[in-house]
Order: sequence, then C-alpha cells, then structure tokens
Amino acid sequence: MQSFAFIRTEDASTAIASGAKSKTAQQGASVRFVAGGTTLIDLMKLNVERPEHVIDINRLPLDRIEPLADGGLKIGATVRNSDLANHAIVQRDYPVLSQAILAGASAQLRNMATTGGNLLQRTRCMYFRDTASACNKREPGTGCSAIFGANRTLAILGTSEHCIATNPSDMNVAMAALEATIHVQGINGARSIPIGDFHLLPGSTPDRETVLEPGDLITHVTLAPPAPRSRSFYLKLRDRASYEFALASAAVVVTVEGGRVTRARIALGGVGTKPWRSTEAEALLTGEPVGEPTFRRAANAALRDARPQSQNGFKVELAKRCLVHALKEATL
Amino acid sequence: MQDGIGEVFAQCPMEHTMNTRQQVFATPDEPVATRSESATGAGDVVHVTLRINGTAYGLQLDPRTTLLDCLRETVGLTGTKKGCDHGQCGACTVHVDGRRVNSCLSLGVMHEGEEITTIEGIGQPGALHPVQAAFLACDAYQCGYCTSGQIMSAVALLDEACGPEDADVRECMSGNICRCGAYPNIVAAIRQVRGKP
Repeated sequence: MQSFAFIRTEDASTAIASGAKSKTAQQGASVRFVAGGTTLIDLMKLNVERPEHVIDINRLPLDRIEPLADGGLKIGATVRNSDLANHAIVQRDYPVLSQAILAGASAQLRNMATTGGNLLQRTRCMYFRDTASACNKREPGTGCSAIFGANRTLAILGTSEHCIATNPSDMNVAMAALEATIHVQGINGARSIPIGDFHLLPGSTPDRETVLEPGDLITHVTLAPPAPRSRSFYLKLRDRASYEFALASAAVVVTVEGGRVTRARIALGGVGTKPWRSTEAEALLTGEPVGEPTFRRAANAALRDARPQSQNGFKVELAKRCLVHALKEATL
Repeated sequence: MQDGIGEVFAQCPMEHTMNTRQQVFATPDEPVATRSESATGAGDVVHVTLRINGTAYGLQLDPRTTLLDCLRETVGLTGTKKGCDHGQCGACTVHVDGRRVNSCLSLGVMHEGEEITTIEGIGQPGALHPVQAAFLACDAYQCGYCTSGQIMSAVALLDEACGPEDADVRECMSGNICRCGAYPNIVAAIRQVRGKP
C-alpha cells in the first residue's frame, strides 16, 4: 500500500476543501474520503487505489435516517448498510431497499459499509483489481482484458468496446427502482442528482464512473414517499446462496389495481455497467394485466439491447427469468 | 520475543515495518496524543489511543496499518487471525462498539474513542464465553484457524435480528468461511447457545 497522509475531520467544509485538491474524483484521485473502507482499503491494498491523502469522514454528522415532512426519507451518507436495512421505516415503506442490502455482502461488511460508499462501490472485474492486467477503467488506454478474457460475471447491458465491468452493488439497484436522489456538497455549494444521472456508462472513458467532481461529498440520499398501494421486491440470483455478487438481480416496485399494473419501476443488477433502470419494461407493464405473459414481454424488452460476451450469454435468459419471478413475487 | 516478531514481519506483506516495530507490544497507559483533527504528511505516524478489551493503548501508527495488523503486530493480540486480508473470509472479525466488523478492511487510526473487542476480550480459559464453551462441546472446528472469527461473529449474532431457523443462522454466518467445513457443528453450537433462556 502506498503511503498517505491521514486526516480526520468533523467538518464537511474541511473535507470538501481537501478533496478539491485532487485533479479528479474518479480513478486516479489523489484524495479519497474513507467511511466504511470496505471498497477503498481493499483497493488500496491492491494498489488499484493510491491516494496521497485519506480523509476520515466518519465524524461528520451524516449518520442519521430522518423521515421527511412529505412522507419521504432522508438517509445520511454514513448510515451503515445494516442500520439502513433494519430500520423500521425502510422495512415498512421501502422493503425492496432492505431486501437488496441484506442480499449483499456479509453481516460484518454491512456493519461497515455506508450509503454513500455503496453508491461508489467499484466493480469486481478481476482485471480492474489486478494491476498486472490491461484495464481501461484502471489505466485508460491500456485495453480491456475482459472482453476476450474471463467475463462470465461481467455486464451485458451498457457495455462498450472499452469496458464491460459490472456495477456490483445490490443497494444501487433498489435505489434506482426507488428513483432515489443523491445530494452532494461541493466547492460551489450543494446540488441534487437523480440516481439515473449519477452513474455514467463506460463509453470511451470507463475511468469516469460518476458525475462527481473533486471535492464533492455525498451528504445524503432522499427517497420520495412510497407510491400508494405499491409493493416491492428484490430478487438476487448468484453462484452460491449467500455472500456472493449477483449474476442477475431485479428490483421491482409495482402498483396493481383491478388486476392491471398501474405503475411500475424496474431495475436490474449484475448485468449492467451501471444500476440498470429499464423504462422499456416499465412502459410495457403499465396498463397491462398481471401475469406471466405480461411479465415475459417486459423482461424481453428489458434485455432487448443485451450484448453478451464469450462466457456470459446465459445471463440474458437468467436476467429475464429473474425479473419475471420478482414481478410474480410482488404482484401475485 | 523480538526475534520471533522479526520473523513475523519478514513474512508480513506490509511494506512498512519500522513504525509498528518500534511499538511492538505496546503497553497500556502510555502517554497519549489525542487530536480531533490530525493532519499528517504522507508516511507520518499518527498518534491514537485505542481501547481494546477495556484497556487503553497509546499507539503511534503508520496510517496504513489495518486494525487487524495493529491488533496482532502492534498490540500483540494474536487471537484475531489474518486469512484473506480482503474482507472475504471473516477470520479477522472483531467487535467495534459491539458490532462485528472485518478488521482487515479498516485502518487502526480510524478507531480512536471506540471500544474494540477481540477474542481475548470475551472469555479466557476457565471463564469461557458461552459461545466458546458451545464450540468446544459441539466440536465446531477442525484446524481452528477461522474459529476466533467464527466465535466473534456468533457472539454478535446473539444480539442481531437473526431468525430462529438453522437456515437463518447459516445466512447470518455466511461472512465466515471455514475451509475445514465445520459448518454443521458451528450451526449446532450457535443453536445450543440460542436455545438457552
């Protein structure tokens, strides 16, 4: 691990001013905020992350979950995943979020990992994690080892010729289906970003994963009030029953009235280069009768643009069945 | 003792051993330097006071030192084990303010003011924690390398929202890998402890 200066602060403006000294907030950043550390310290040990300054933000007052006057929820950036998943309001109003978080990692990691950190969780692509391999995400311009390599677990949606790395987060998939808003404080003040605009497709710059700029600090996430009479569900399919990343997952939030879907929010995990919201599936569900034929049409639409690699063709059908099953669980 | 420690460091993947070596086996109640805001240059040691098993240790740490390495190499509490060193096996599980965490993915300098509990802090020969006694009674290990992490997870699980079934226990314990495959007896040990009123 490369040497770094350690700074602990109780003050957001100090953290932001320090962060702003980095040339980038993306891969290669010279300043990093640390909260849980479960991604950052792991990657620092691998020399994938080599910050010169590490700023401990655990003492910032960002660890609260607060109901909003409009019926929504405000979730602080350093709220631990286990606290969020087990919170009574989350379990009552946003069960898909609780289910998604509890489907990820282990109890120990969920006790450490935070809301803000999980939004920034890095891919598990083995070539990104191995500094001996070519990887456009880690070192732009070096090539992608995964496209003709071990790509069984990698993405089939949102890929480019430069990168096929999967976004590994479960929480992000539920956040996408819940249309979460991410609140950021930076050197030019505060702004809010819909989660759909927060993560970037790899395109020709896979080293850029989010819209964050140097100094930007995620302060909290807000959720809109739960849609009336909606039900939600998260289904995760993986190689073993627990403590494993998704091969495919689906977060669904649906409202059914008179046997027909009146509102649907759909996101997929394990298959996209970012948390994969499918407005195509949502459009095909809305107004249609509940049942397998409708769900199958929606699943086909969600995967229509899938571009499988040499080893992950199975993910196309797996993701479709995952979505169909999740919709059944939420509606039947 | 120093020679033995030197051998440990020789095998240790950390590139920096001098700062921690000077501190090998810190003694409690050394002079303490506390800072609410500690800005250092790269490579500078950071002074922290860590409370471990109820005892305060004044330590000078290279900021790269993980909580795991700090416990084992600096403080000398070797009951906590290093397996994968990447948060994938659970051998390094300790409690921070009563919650179980992977000490390999945390920096020692991040834990000032928090209560750290290791396997040495929950029970001792002759005064075992009920989970330790149950692991013995149920033969819940073979080689024993993962056992302290398994026990620290199991102790934490007793106070968590874990369902009543064996399947619930297996899910809640999935962050602790056992290469010997002692899982059935680990579940039995936890069942035994939870079954008591």
